[in-house]
Order: sequence, then structure tokens, then C-alpha cells
Amino acid sequence: MSELTKPHPTTIYIKPSTGLAALNLRDLWIYRELVWFMIWRDIKVRYKQTALGAAWAILQPVLTMLVFNFLFGNIARMQTDGGIPYPIFSYTALLPWGLFATALNSASRSLTSNQNMITKTYFPRLVLPMASVLGGLLDFAIAFLVLVGMMMYYRITPGLHALWAVPAFLLLAIITALGVALWLSAINVQYRDVGYALPFLSQFWMFVTPIAYSSKVISEQWQIVYSLNPMAGVVNGFRWALLGVGNPPNLLIAISAIISVLILISGLFYFRNMERTFADLI
Amino acid sequence: MTIAIRVENLSKRYKIGLASQRFQYGMLRDVLVDTAKAPLRFAASLLGKQLEDPGRHAGYIWALKDVSFDLEEGKVLGIVGRNGAGKSTLLKILSRVTEPTRGTVTVRGRVGSLLEVGTGFHPELTGRENIYLNGAILGMKRAEIARKFDEIVEFSEVGQFIDTPVKRYSSGMYLRLAFAVAAHLEPEILVVDEVLAVGDAEFQRKCLGKMNDVASQGRTVLFVSHNMSAILRLTQESIVLQKGQLVMRGPTPEAVDFYLASGQTQAGARTWEAAEIPASAMPFQPIALRIRDPRGVVSDTLRSVEPLTVEIEYQLHAPITGLLVGIYLSTVRGEYVFTSFDVDEPAHYEQYATRPAGHYLSKCQIPADLLNEGRYILGINASSFGVKRYFMDENALAFNVDPMGAPGMQWAEPRQGPIRPRLGWTIERQ
Repeated sequence: MSELTKPHPTTIYIKPSTGLAALNLRDLWIYRELVWFMIWRDIKVRYKQTALGAAWAILQPVLTMLVFNFLFGNIARMQTDGGIPYPIFSYTALLPWGLFATALNSASRSLTSNQNMITKTYFPRLVLPMASVLGGLLDFAIAFLVLVGMMMYYRITPGLHALWAVPAFLLLAIITALGVALWLSAINVQYRDVGYALPFLSQFWMFVTPIAYSSKVISEQWQIVYSLNPMAGVVNGFRWALLGVGNPPNLLIAISAIISVLILISGLFYFRNMERTFADLI
Repeated sequence: MTIAIRVENLSKRYKIGLASQRFQYGMLRDVLVDTAKAPLRFAASLLGKQLEDPGRHAGYIWALKDVSFDLEEGKVLGIVGRNGAGKSTLLKILSRVTEPTRGTVTVRGRVGSLLEVGTGFHPELTGRENIYLNGAILGMKRAEIARKFDEIVEFSEVGQFIDTPVKRYSSGMYLRLAFAVAAHLEPEILVVDEVLAVGDAEFQRKCLGKMNDVASQGRTVLFVSHNMSAILRLTQESIVLQKGQLVMRGPTPEAVDFYLASGQTQAGARTWEAAEIPASAMPFQPIALRIRDPRGVVSDTLRSVEPLTVEIEYQLHAPITGLLVGIYLSTVRGEYVFTSFDVDEPAHYEQYATRPAGHYLSKCQIPADLLNEGRYILGINASSFGVKRYFMDENALAFNVDPMGAPGMQWAEPRQGPIRPRLGWTIERQ
């Protein structure tokens, strides 16, 4: 049903919610167009009044890759898996990481930066972090083109499994970003400390994810602990799918996936529970 | 008749006395101590405990308390009440922005709110893009917006700038566009809050016309405004809210009268209690607004042939630079008669460039033979021009003017217009 289009009025009951709030996915479905509109707005506005425009989507990961290549490839002479050249080794990891970090950052601030929408109108608040996370996909797609170019240059041909594995690991990155962002955005409504903690959190998270280095440097007995970081699974998965190095999906990836789904589910419930107070606290 | 809205024992409680009042006097030491305690407080709140902190007790305020009413389909209901009476809270609950603490509301149909127009407008996007975005935020489908697009543009009168980013719009254009989108939402129930306070007279007329259309199409409208003339024109029935409670429901003229008379401790005087003053008014604290006849008696019925004195008593808790304290005078129909401030005289303004903390009385005299017979409303305003508005109450006090002895009283017919000056007519035969 759609309370918004039906000519006959539908009855709405407004009352204090008690206990754990239901997820109310029906309302989210009714407002699905708003998700697209918010994504579209973010994309339209993102590179407005910049001289380089959408080129930033390419420059950001490419410049990071160049810095990494200089520091870890040339100076520290970091070992890569299977003799893959360092530039493409790090760029393959920087792609999903860039998506994740941008999504986490903008989604965690999505409620506070749309304060007037929250205090003036009703809509499922989930729309905001969801749109922020999904809005990063366009930048990801643009940056991916550079990777395709690099693969041709280094003559690396991915196997057919890349066709399902890349979307699957991308989904894992999105689920993780959304799950963490649901927690952080809801906390951010009351405690703006989140804004200060975020840069530190994403920097720390980047170091515990095998972006600049290979996960092989982690000793065997720590691999299980290491897989608790879903982004480690995502990065290893990308390298396996596109460069053909590292292990195919195994138990460790399964642990990563379970962890990120747990973060998402708990995040959804926490968010829904806090949602009723957003307009009063923000 | 079908009931469109049924409100039962609706209550909403807000926590007060936390951030808003914490730094009222802004002492650095307090701020530092408080900051040092913040992590502790945060940890305690995560554990679900309220940290005891003397001098900083968290109080509660009932913004709405046990409000119940029914509204039939196709009716227009006015809601009047002073600042903080609970009007906005009621509308926010009805439009599902916030949840009630107790009680229920049953609403038949889609609720469209004009709580504040232009929600979600992005300055970098063009008028066209913002229409789609804003429409989606208000709950319209893309197809629905596309169908009404031309109508919206026409109503907004910004046609030739529709592909210009709205950051280049004048504030009037921005507002017209925003209102146009909201006005075409066509909900079964429309909630309107004070949108008419802005925009030029021509546009206001258009907006009121649109609201009339909505009502005449058999849809239900809830209308909140400080503009008594709009309330009187657009609604037959109104409710009066006072300190979160519904104190009266009746025909609009009676409700408006009740509202204007309320809050006056004695006829001709209005005093403010601490709870009625928003925290943002600090360091300005209004105490009283009084109106006196030439014998110094506080009264709400004055003669047009005598001068009357208006006095504003207030306390400054800290010095304010560039403070203007003044009055608005308007008729009960909402037309302004005049606005005047205590430092309108340039020499005066220089003398009181910075007013030190203290207890003040700003007084002025409204001359004899100025006002026509009728009922008037005095409002007060305290601001620093272009910096901050400390306090404003547009409907602080109502009073009556008795025309006994005024020019032209030998004819029983009422004279048009809010003023009735004694003009020194001469008649010459030539």
C-alpha cells in the first residue's frame, strides 16, 4: 500500500513507541524515491564550484597510490603477494577502502548535516545514511576505470570469478560502512564527539587493513583476529578477484562477512530505537 | 461527519535545564569545569545513569499536557497561543516529526505540513532541481511532481530563473518557490505554521487564497499564526493553548479575544514569568508591559482624546551594545499601526550606545487624538539591529480605545481606519 498516493485516506496512528522499535521497512519502501533523490543531490552538489570537478574522484586514490608507492614501494621496499607491481597492488586495495572511508565519513554526519529536514518533516531517517553510503558508488566506478587502465598496462587479466566476486566484496564493504555509520550517525545526534573521533577512527582502521602491505605479514595465529575486521576481508577479496593473488574465499572471509552483517543488524536496531528522539535532541 | 483528526490525552515532555541553561552567564571557569566533567557524564549516560550535579538539575517541562480534541473532515481549525504554549509541538507531533510522550493521535489521510517551507532546498541546485528534491522530501512521487511542475512554476512566479541555482535567488523568490512546492502537495490534512509571516503583501494574498482553495475542496486544515487577521479570515473555529493545555475551543472571534485577554495579570498590564522567556533572550529579561492613562492608572480601556503612556520594564543581566527596545501597535485584525523604539532619536541612540546591566523602564507617550475606537494589540521587541533579536512578543497586551469626545462623534457611524486624528479643518467661503 502507499499512504502517499492512495486517493482514499489511510489512517495513521501516532502514539509513543514502546520497547524495541520495529524496523518499519514498509515506510522505507514508500520513500524509496527519496533515497534516489538524496543520492542524486549529493552527486550533483559534490564537485560544484571546484575547478577540477569529477576528476577528484580519480585524483584522490591515484595521488594516495603515488604516495604509498614512493614510501612503501620505493623506500621501504614492501613485499607484495606473487610479485604484483606495488602501484597496482595498493591501488586495488585503495578502491574499496576509498569507498568505505568516504561512505563512513559522510553517512556518519548525514543526520547532523540535514538537521532542518529532520526537525521539519517526517520521512524514515534511514534514508539519509543510506543515500550517503550509496552516493559514493559513482566515485568508485570512475576510479575503477583507472584500475582497468592499470591492469591493461601491467597485462594482468582477472579470472571470470571477478564478475561475481567484485560485486560481492563491494557489497560487503557497503554493508560494513552502513552498519558502522548507523551507529555513529545516531550517536552523533546527541554527542558531536563523533565528528572529532571519526578522522582518528578511519586512520586507525586504515592501518589495521592490509592496504599498504600484504596480509601475509600477519602471522598465522593472528589471522583469525585479523579477519574480525571486515575491511581486511574486502581488501583481500578484491586482490584475489582482480589480481589473482592470495587465498580464495575461506573461513576467514566468512567470519568477516558475519561480523559485518551483525554490525548492520545491530546498527539498524540502534538507529531505529534512537530515531524517535532525533528531532528533539539534534 | 467523519472525524479527520482525533487527539486523545496528548502529552509531550521535554527535558530542560541541560545545554540550554548551562552557560547562561558564560563564565569561563564554569565552562572549563563542565568540560572536564563531560566524559564522566557521557560514561554515566551510557550506563543509563544521571550524574548528580548540584546546580545543574535536569528538569522536565510539559510542552503539551492532556490535550484532546476532534476535528471533522473539511474543517479549518485555528490554533492560537503565546510563544511556548505548545502550538509548534502539537503540529510537530501531527506531522510525525516528533513522538508524543503520552496519548494518541488518529489521523485519517496524508498530512502535509508547511511547518517551514523550503526544507531540504540546496543552494547549489537550480529551481527546477529543487522542486523535485523538495517534492520528494515532502512525500510526493516523481510522476506527481512532473505532472504539477508547470503549475508550481507558475504559482511561484520565478519562471525565467527556473534553471538558475537558488543561491542566486532573492529571498522573496526563494520563498515563493518553496511555498509553491508545498502548496501543491494536496494532502488530505494540511498543517500550516506561520508561513504567511514572510513574503510581500501580494504573495501573502496569494497564499491565503491557496489555503482557502484547500479548505473549500473539503480538506482539513490546521492553521497556526500570530496574525490575528489571518486567523479570523481563514477559520471559523479555533482552539487556545496555554502552557501546553487546551484552555478553550470556540468560534474564532471569541477564541481570539480570550487569547488576547489571557496572560494579563491585571487589565492593561502584561508580566512575564521566567518560564515564558526563552533562554535565547538572555541577557535581556522582560518584566512587564503596562499601559497607563494620564492619571497614572494602569488600565485596558483608554480614551482616544487623552494621551496614554506605555512602559516596558526589563532587566539586563549583562551590558548590551546597540540595544533597541520598542513596541509594535497593531489592530486586532493584524494591521500594523506603527512601530517605535526607545532610541529612535539619534542623540538618544548615541547616549545609550551600550546599556550597562541593570533594571530599566522605557516609557513613551502615545498622543491624544491619534487612535480610532476599537481594540488594539501592543507587542514588544528587544534587539540589537542586525545582530540579534533578544525577545519579541507580538501580542503582549490588548487594550480598548473609547472614542468619547473624539472628532465626528455626533454621527453614530464608525469611522474607517485605525487612526482618528483631530485635523485642524478650516472652512473658507470664497
